[in-house]
Amino acid sequence: MYKYIIKRLLLMIPTLLGAAVLVFFLLRLVPGDVCEVRLAGTGLYADPEEVLLCQKNLGLDQPLMVQFWDFIWGYVVFDLGDSMWTGFPVTHEIGLRFELSLQVAIMATFVAIAIAIPLGIISAVKQDTWIDYLVRAFSIAGIAMPSFWLGILIILGLLISTQAVFGDPWMPPIDYVPIWEDPLRNLSQLIWPAVATGYRYSAVATRMTRSALLEVLREDYVRTARAKGLVEKVIINRHALKNSLLPVVTIIAIEFAFLMGGLVVTEQVFNLNGLGRLFVESVGNQDFAMTQQLVMLVVIIFVLTNIIVDIFYAWLDPRIRYS
Amino acid sequence: MALLEIDNLRTQFFTSEGTVKAVDGVSYSVEEGETVAVVGESGCGKSVTAMSVLRLIPWPPGRIVGGEIRFAGSNLLELSEEEIRQIRGRDIAMIFQEPMTSLNPVLSIGLQLSETMIAHMGVSQGAARKRSIELLGMVGISEPERRLDQYPHHLSGGMRQRVMIAMALACEPKIIIADEPTTALDVTIQAQILELLKNLTRDLGVAMIIITHNLGVVARYADKVNVMYAGRIIEQGSALDIYHSPKHPYTLALLNSVPRMDQARAAKLDPVEGQPPDLSRLDRSCAFRPRCRFASEKCNGEFPALEEVEEGHFSACWNADNFESAPNG
Repeated sequence: MYKYIIKRLLLMIPTLLGAAVLVFFLLRLVPGDVCEVRLAGTGLYADPEEVLLCQKNLGLDQPLMVQFWDFIWGYVVFDLGDSMWTGFPVTHEIGLRFELSLQVAIMATFVAIAIAIPLGIISAVKQDTWIDYLVRAFSIAGIAMPSFWLGILIILGLLISTQAVFGDPWMPPIDYVPIWEDPLRNLSQLIWPAVATGYRYSAVATRMTRSALLEVLREDYVRTARAKGLVEKVIINRHALKNSLLPVVTIIAIEFAFLMGGLVVTEQVFNLNGLGRLFVESVGNQDFAMTQQLVMLVVIIFVLTNIIVDIFYAWLDPRIRYS
Repeated sequence: MALLEIDNLRTQFFTSEGTVKAVDGVSYSVEEGETVAVVGESGCGKSVTAMSVLRLIPWPPGRIVGGEIRFAGSNLLELSEEEIRQIRGRDIAMIFQEPMTSLNPVLSIGLQLSETMIAHMGVSQGAARKRSIELLGMVGISEPERRLDQYPHHLSGGMRQRVMIAMALACEPKIIIADEPTTALDVTIQAQILELLKNLTRDLGVAMIIITHNLGVVARYADKVNVMYAGRIIEQGSALDIYHSPKHPYTLALLNSVPRMDQARAAKLDPVEGQPPDLSRLDRSCAFRPRCRFASEKCNGEFPALEEVEEGHFSACWNADNFESAPNG
C-alpha cells in the first residue's frame, strides 16, 4: 500500500508537467499582458516605451522558452515568483486566502455529506412515497438554485429574521479571522457560505446516493440478508450502504476539489477574500505568474483528492487492492 | 401435524403487461426431517412459492394474494414484519441459487456468518466466531479460522455455496429451503454440495425443501416430490411413485427428456416440445394442454383438480388413469 501511494505521488510529476505546459502556453495565447492591462487598461494611450520597460522588468520580453524554463525551474528552487500585479510573492498572496478557501470547502463538504447521505438513504428506502418525492424536489431545487442566489437569500433571511426577533438586524461578520483566533466569529462568518454551497453540492450527492442504493437493494446479497432475518437498519447500513458509496465518494471528492478554486460568485456575495476571487482577478489582470501558480495549485488538489479517493475505495471494497 | 403446511397459496405479480399468476393455488406440506422436492421448468413458480414462505417477494410488483402458510401453529402470512423476521434465518433458512452474488462482497465471511447468530440468538461476538469456525468445519471448508477473515472473492463458487449452507445451519433451523442450490456450479461440485446438504440435514434432523429442475437430484435425495407447471402443482407423490409410474403427461415428458442410468444407452431422449405458457394469459383449462400428447376433448374444459390416483399419489390430469405411463415406453 505504501509503495502504491509513493508510486502515485511520483506519477504526479508528469501530470503536473503536462498541466504546466498547457497553462503556460494557453495563457500566452491571449493577446496582451499585464503591462498593457496596467498602463492602457482603461483604453487610454500608453507610451510604448513604458510598456516595454515594464515588460523588461517582469521578464516578459524574454523568449517564451526562457520564460517557461524559469517557471519550471521555480519549482526546483522553491521560488514560485512574484505576482506581476501586486509584486508580492505568489506564495504570500495564496497564503492569505488558502486557509479561508480550504475551510469553506471542508465545511461545505461536511454540510453536503450531512445532507446527502441521510436524505439519499431515506429517499431510496421510501422509494416512490411522498417522502421520496419531497427529498427529490429538495435536491432538484438545490441543483436549480445558484448558490450565490441562495447566499443572498440567506443574508436577507438573517437580517429580516433577527430584526423581527431581537429588534436589531444581525449580519455575519464581513472580515475574516482565522478559526484559532476567534472560532465563534470565524464560524459565524463562514457557516453561511458553507451552507449555501454545501446545499447545492449535496443535491447531486443525494441523487447519487439514492440511485446507487436503489441498485444495491436489488442485489442478491441484500435478499440473503433479508432471508437471514436481519433488521432493516442493519440490512441498509451494513449490507447496502457500503456497497453503494463508491460513486458517492467520487462525486464528493470531485466537488471538493472544485470548491477550492471555483467559488467565485459565492465569495463575492459573502465578501470573502478567497482563492476563487484571486483567480478571477489574476486572469483579468493578465497576471501570468499568479494565474499559473493558481492553476497548478488546483491541479495538485485534484490529483491529491483522486489519490485519497482511490485509497478510500480500497477501504470500502476489499476486492480493490493496489500493488 | 405437518411441520410446514402451504395451503392454496396464490402469489401474483402486477406488471404493466397484466397480472402474472406466478403461484396459483399451491398446497403441499413438509414433515419434520423430510426432504421435499419441488420440480419444474424455469418460470413455473417453484422459487416464488419458496420465497413466499418467508415473505421475501418484493413489493412492488409481487404480492401474496391468498392462501395460508402454517408453521409452528401460526399462519406466516398473518404475522407482523417483526415476527416473520424472527422466523427468517432462525426457524426457516434459505440457500440461494447464485453463490457468486448471494454473499456480500464487502463483508468478511466471519461477519456474514456470525451476524445471523447475533441477530437471533443474542450470542456474543466471541461465541459467534467460535461457532462459525465449527460451522465452516462442518461444511467441509479447510482452515476455517483463516477463512473467517477472508472475503467472498477469495473463495470459489463451490466454497461460497458451502458458506451459504453453513450460514443456513447457523441457528439450527427446522427447515432449510434450498432454491436450486447447485444450478450455478460445476457438475463435479454439484454432487458434492448435494451430498453435503443431504448428509447434514439428515444428521441434524432438519427438513429440507429442495427446488430444482434436475430430476436426477429428485430421485436421489427427495422423499416427496411436487411437480409444478404454470404456477400449479400438477403431480404430487413419493419420489418412487413419480419415478416409476408418473400420472401426469408433463412428468412423463420430463422424465423422458433426461438420460437415466437404469435404461439402455440407446434410449432416445425426448425433449418437452413447445414453450411454457405466458402466466399472465392463462385460461381456465389445463395449462399443459397445448403441449400434451394425450390431450383429449375433455381437456378444453375446466382445469383438472389435483386428485388422488393411487394412495398418496396425486395428479391433476383428466386422463391420469388412461395414458400409457411407463417412462420411455
